[in-house]
Amino acid sequence: MNREELSKRVLELLTEIAPDVDPASVIPGVAFRDQFDFDSMDTLNFAIALHRELGVEVPESDYAQLASLEKCVGYLAERVG
Amino acid sequence: MASEFRLPALGADMDAGTIVTWHVAPGSRVKRGDVVAVVETDKGAIDVEIFEDGVVREIVVPVGQRVAVGTVLARLDADDAAADAGPAAVAGAAPADVAARAAVPAVAAAPRTVPAVQAPSPTVPAAAAPGGAMSATGESEDSRASMRAAIASAMSRSKREIPHYYLSTTVDVTTATEWLAAHNAKVPVTGRLLFAALLVKALALTCRETPGFSGFHRDGRYEESPAVHVGVAVALRGGGLVAPAIMNTADQSLPALMTAMRELVARARAGRLRASELAAPTIVLTSLGEDSVDVVFPIIQPPQVAIVGAGTVVERPWVVEGKILSRQLVSLSLGADHRVTDGRLGAQFLARLARRLCDPATL
Repeated sequence: MNREELSKRVLELLTEIAPDVDPASVIPGVAFRDQFDFDSMDTLNFAIALHRELGVEVPESDYAQLASLEKCVGYLAERVG
Repeated sequence: MASEFRLPALGADMDAGTIVTWHVAPGSRVKRGDVVAVVETDKGAIDVEIFEDGVVREIVVPVGQRVAVGTVLARLDADDAAADAGPAAVAGAAPADVAARAAVPAVAAAPRTVPAVQAPSPTVPAAAAPGGAMSATGESEDSRASMRAAIASAMSRSKREIPHYYLSTTVDVTTATEWLAAHNAKVPVTGRLLFAALLVKALALTCRETPGFSGFHRDGRYEESPAVHVGVAVALRGGGLVAPAIMNTADQSLPALMTAMRELVARARAGRLRASELAAPTIVLTSLGEDSVDVVFPIIQPPQVAIVGAGTVVERPWVVEGKILSRQLVSLSLGADHRVTDGRLGAQFLARLARRLCDPATL
């Protein structure tokens, strides 16, 4: 999966967790928390979705790597085949 | 036996609702607890359950029609056993008392919510009411405005009627956060717990141990609820909030509570709560989460008599046995009703809650 595909997939998962978020409005470099009140429950659900859909188990200590779309794609790119 | 299914009141301030969907038709067999209709209210779109077994005979109110609380929505031929048991048997998964009240029209009851501290952001869930003004992304300005009005009304009533007192205490929860981190490192991602799950469980157990905080004040007197149903304040991203209950909170394991909370928050944000969940809370927890504030001064939702707030867990200097150490601290606060309890009992309640939080292995 290239970065573009990965980014698209992440956005899909994001809107699945937060159906009230418009994927077109997501700014890649800005933290989800600052854009749409992403909270610890959202982060947990996001980690669960990443594990289920992409097979990547993100430890809690790496949650900071999931903070924004940009960070997330960078982190996942190294871990998804 | 013929029976009527009426629009239940979901709150002291809800006087009408609009049928959005019927999940049943004449001839459908229903069991108590089945979601039979979706009703648009000022709390968003709510799944309304039926509290009798039987067969639907007639749908009285069609989709799109706005009707007052207590209006007959449908008629059914109730199974005799259920009908004989009468309204007292209304329970289902819900506590008998609360569910029965919720299913009876014209009950001045139930949940609304707590102070909104979350910053508003530009989306709101909830299905649009027919005829509502739709924004480009499909949300209804009307539903947002009506939720705001309902919060205003419930909070005004609370401030007018309930002589609040407030207490707050700072708790060193380092043990709990370390316990959580260790737990979460060894379970699969689906089994991870949030600090809020510990709070919910500790609160439920504390309510059971210390009467006077989990129940309802109605008609001039307080009644302790036999079961503790902790309502969890959920901030909606478009502004506004709801506080649906996790049923029988004290009896559930932490993993079960975590699953229930995840599911509840998802449905609250998607506007898919059940009528019984909204009417059930006997006390509410408002946890403002990470990167938020130190202390919340929570406002009680009538007819409840207490609400517990938790600020952000923060790392701060703290004195332990004469040494200044870096510890994880949280501020717990209690808003309680002076008609029922006094500060001394409230302080005992908070102290017990704090003690339970410091010993997560027993939760």
